[in-house]
Amino acid sequence: MRKNKSIFSRKFLAVPYAVFMILFVVIPLMLIIAYAFTDESGRITLDNFRAFFSGGHNINTLMFSIFIGFLNTAICLVLGYPAAFILAKKEFGFGTATVLLFVMPMWINFVLRTAATRDLLFAIGISGGEYPYLATMIGMVYNYLPFVILPLYTTMTKMDKSLIEASYDLGANKVQTFFKTILPMTMPGVISAATMVFMPTMSSYVISDVMGERKISLIGNSIQLYFDQGLWHIGSLVALIMLAIIAIGSFCADSEPQENARGGLW
Amino acid sequence: MEKNVIIELKNVSKHFGQTYAVEDFNLYVKKGEFITFLGPSGCGKTTTLRMIAGFELPTGGEILLNGKDITDLPPYKRPVNTVFQKYALFPHMDVYENVAFGLKLKKVSDGAKMRKLTNAEIDKKVKNALKIVDLEEYENRDISTLSGGQQQRIAIARAIVNEPEILLLDEPLGALDLKMRKDMQLELKEMHKKLGITFIYVTHDQEEALTLSDTVVVMKDGMIQQIGTPEDIYNEPNNAFVANFIGESNIYSATMTGEKKVRFINHVFDCVDEFPKNEKVDVVIRPEDVHITGEDQGMAKGKIVSKIFKGIHYEYIMMVGRNELVIVDTRNLEIDKTYGFDIEPDGIHIMKKELTANIYDDAYIDKNNRVVISESAFECDITSLVPGSTVDEEGYVVGPDGVRYDFTDADVKAEIGLKDIDILDDEQSGTVSGEIVSIIYKGDHYQLTIRTPQDEDFVLDTEYTYDENDLVGLSVKSEKIKLKLKGEAKKYAKK
Repeated sequence: MRKNKSIFSRKFLAVPYAVFMILFVVIPLMLIIAYAFTDESGRITLDNFRAFFSGGHNINTLMFSIFIGFLNTAICLVLGYPAAFILAKKEFGFGTATVLLFVMPMWINFVLRTAATRDLLFAIGISGGEYPYLATMIGMVYNYLPFVILPLYTTMTKMDKSLIEASYDLGANKVQTFFKTILPMTMPGVISAATMVFMPTMSSYVISDVMGERKISLIGNSIQLYFDQGLWHIGSLVALIMLAIIAIGSFCADSEPQENARGGLW
Repeated sequence: MEKNVIIELKNVSKHFGQTYAVEDFNLYVKKGEFITFLGPSGCGKTTTLRMIAGFELPTGGEILLNGKDITDLPPYKRPVNTVFQKYALFPHMDVYENVAFGLKLKKVSDGAKMRKLTNAEIDKKVKNALKIVDLEEYENRDISTLSGGQQQRIAIARAIVNEPEILLLDEPLGALDLKMRKDMQLELKEMHKKLGITFIYVTHDQEEALTLSDTVVVMKDGMIQQIGTPEDIYNEPNNAFVANFIGESNIYSATMTGEKKVRFINHVFDCVDEFPKNEKVDVVIRPEDVHITGEDQGMAKGKIVSKIFKGIHYEYIMMVGRNELVIVDTRNLEIDKTYGFDIEPDGIHIMKKELTANIYDDAYIDKNNRVVISESAFECDITSLVPGSTVDEEGYVVGPDGVRYDFTDADVKAEIGLKDIDILDDEQSGTVSGEIVSIIYKGDHYQLTIRTPQDEDFVLDTEYTYDENDLVGLSVKSEKIKLKLKGEAKKYAKK
């Protein structure tokens, strides 16, 4: 009886979340779309599109961002994969503590961490002013490496060791076993790691700003610049394009046949 | 050595620091044989198999394949293939790719040079292997869509397609249900006959071992207990462990009373094995070797106290004095009634008694005149080290001649009888605690082996029931520990 009288039903628990989503996700998204397709007078227009795609500079920035995104992902994977592999191998005797050491930078304030990296690089002679690209890439790799190691480490520790033994047993040597067994089986971790790195790299602007001393412009920097100048409409359009790219990227990653694409931690 | 020996293990052992998984393993396997390593978990059977496969390297001894030393050869260079316990099929490949995995890597000699197999050759072999395991239609199926039994077959197909000289099977049927296991057993045996490959099979299921094998290797604690045909192992077990492990049986402590005469359960029986008179032995009697007769006939009699219908026969428990005797008989007999019974001489299997007392060679005396066994100090009668001695108030042993001895750190041999160890349910209350690792029922008592965390074994007889893996405490009355000093007593005399 009591239960029936009660005004609260369990679904009301979802109200705060729904309110939050509407206020901070749906409405801003709508606003971005609305802004992207209107001009200052509120007229619906595709001028913003035209303006963005006619300026070679914008296209260049977009392409460059995608390139930096790929490059950073590739470097992080090349460095992170062996690191995770060694960490996950019990024979080497690295415990969770070592893994923690690799992950710890993620816990330090992002701005502080990036500024410190810049100063450190400056001290050893790689100043952002002289080598903006090198400094930016080092900053990017440093920031995103933990995001690669962690999902890969999780996938690798969960991997069934008898599958590797089966591969040896069937005549595959160590190199063949790596390419035919270990790599394909850790692919979910690789994809998860790649998505964790590629998209944020593309849209980041703090790292390129701080490390490259404002000499490097990524698409994130463009958006920031437009908004700073009060160009809300074209800024929104660029944001929308980014959103589309990220959506396509996520879709591609998820359409991979592997289940549990994201390791246990993610 | 015989010509048709395919693989030989010589003094192979595998140590992990202080402990060992396999110790001094000697075995040869003939070409085409179906050999099974049988034993409880932790007996080293899987480790031995893994050493043959190359996944583990022995810490001692050597493994010879066709007379060639392969001890240190990596697994991918050995002409053996394994069927893994949990199948270990590659989840990112379909059935066909799994089976073709080994073939794609294989090189065959083509006249003078080595070449890879052509796609057509691979295709033919894969299809043939799938046909052998009866899964021809499953080529393009994903591994995850297969049932346990089907995965098992694919795992077998993946191994045999490479035409290995030896097929290793690590408890391959462990994950299947009973019915399917029985079917697969028959199929495996059939496959073995058809392929002519040597099979080395690992299992803890004695029935499976007896059903499948030409030869059974019974293992315990990393050591071989017996090697023989299933008939040998069943009918002529080497020791109480083997008898107990291989099927239901009655095991009793017995004494030889004369030539081919043995006394147990308070009766003297004729037997076929010759042992010296008065020797303490163990006897094994299979339930089916006891023949129930009328009350006043037979060699001895007893009262039936329990009866269980088992389908084709009844299983009876008969009390003969204080001893239980398990009997199977197809007749429906009355419970609580006394019957006579006969045991034919060849139904009585006599085994050398393994152990008559616990002997600890590396015990020593601590400063409180206690004896330390397995890092635990037991109260003992220190005066037994010097006949006629006493202990003075300072704790020194004083001999009858007035010489004072300080036995601190003296090495001694300690001996404790099987009946002299008291077992306590509370592991904390004994002098030493440990886990029950084996239980053998001997008619009117159990023989337990308790292993301490220091890997020392205490064997004791008790009338009470315990379960394997129970943690118990042990204590020994001081006068029950027999001490023997290593070396001369005068070495310890105080000046």
